[in-house]
Amino acid sequence: MIAPGAQAPDFTLPDQDGNEVSLSDYAGRKLILAFYPLDFSPVCTDQLSIYQEVLGEIEERGGAIAGVSVDSAFCHAAFREKLGLTIPLLADFHPKGAVCDAYGAFLPDYGTSNRSLVLIGEDGAVAWSYAAPTPMEIPGANLIFDALDSGA
Amino acid sequence: MTEPASLGSAPPPEPAGDDHVRGAGPEALVYLDLGCPRCAGTWAEVAFLPLRICVRHFPLAAKRPRSPALHAATEAAALQSEDGFWGLWDSLLADRSHVDDPHLWERVERLGLDLDRFESDRRSPAVAARVRRDFVSGIRAGVTGTPSAFTASGPVEGDLAAALAALAEGR
Repeated sequence: MIAPGAQAPDFTLPDQDGNEVSLSDYAGRKLILAFYPLDFSPVCTDQLSIYQEVLGEIEERGGAIAGVSVDSAFCHAAFREKLGLTIPLLADFHPKGAVCDAYGAFLPDYGTSNRSLVLIGEDGAVAWSYAAPTPMEIPGANLIFDALDSGA
Repeated sequence: MTEPASLGSAPPPEPAGDDHVRGAGPEALVYLDLGCPRCAGTWAEVAFLPLRICVRHFPLAAKRPRSPALHAATEAAALQSEDGFWGLWDSLLADRSHVDDPHLWERVERLGLDLDRFESDRRSPAVAARVRRDFVSGIRAGVTGTPSAFTASGPVEGDLAAALAALAEGR
């Protein structure tokens, strides 16, 4: 998993609407990337719903959050609609998992990302990262706020 | 401008004040979403164990759009009586269908509550804040799904109903 201090690897990925989203779009803001294995899998359903509930509080602290998985933009669109999410979901579909891999989140045996969070500071450096020890564990939203509030 | 309230890690607060607590025995704190099928199943098994159970609201609106309204409904009932709260709470978990407004009103009337007052209270900012307060305490305690529970030993892992049954039996 990418460590604090490292420069966050640049990326350009389509979001659920097919619009290109780059890391540079978030310059000057704190960005949380929520890497997760797959849309529609049971654990992921709860994970993104949790973050959605506290989106206001994340934005209050000058943060933005985006989900990243290897699913296609079309899948992301359906998943967002099903869950009523407004959090953008980025499709690390082609090349598969390349951005997940750049952040140290890709699991080659599974062909998906792990379940992890990366906080990128306004300066574009990784301020904090956390990978769930097992695929069934959801990183709590409290961890995001610990990182945001610590002045990262 | 006031600092935004913290959502950083913190253990769940001890039951106090207007928390909803029922029963006698070892303490258990349970976070539930009234729209969650797992919560309904777990509640059926644990609700009447010999435990002192404190329940807290953990609606996930994105996942279960009707949940916030149901949690607000129970707090509106609570404003009239604590028995009203538990009556509606138990009723909603026992039957997760029939939760649209007309059926909600029917449940409220069957509990002997004032329907006009209920209707006015359930959309009030105070009730929304009361539900949100529980939700935030859950977030801070690391709750990431429902049902979730905490006992004197800390967060309950694995089969929640089994763990609470063991606690009730003093195992």
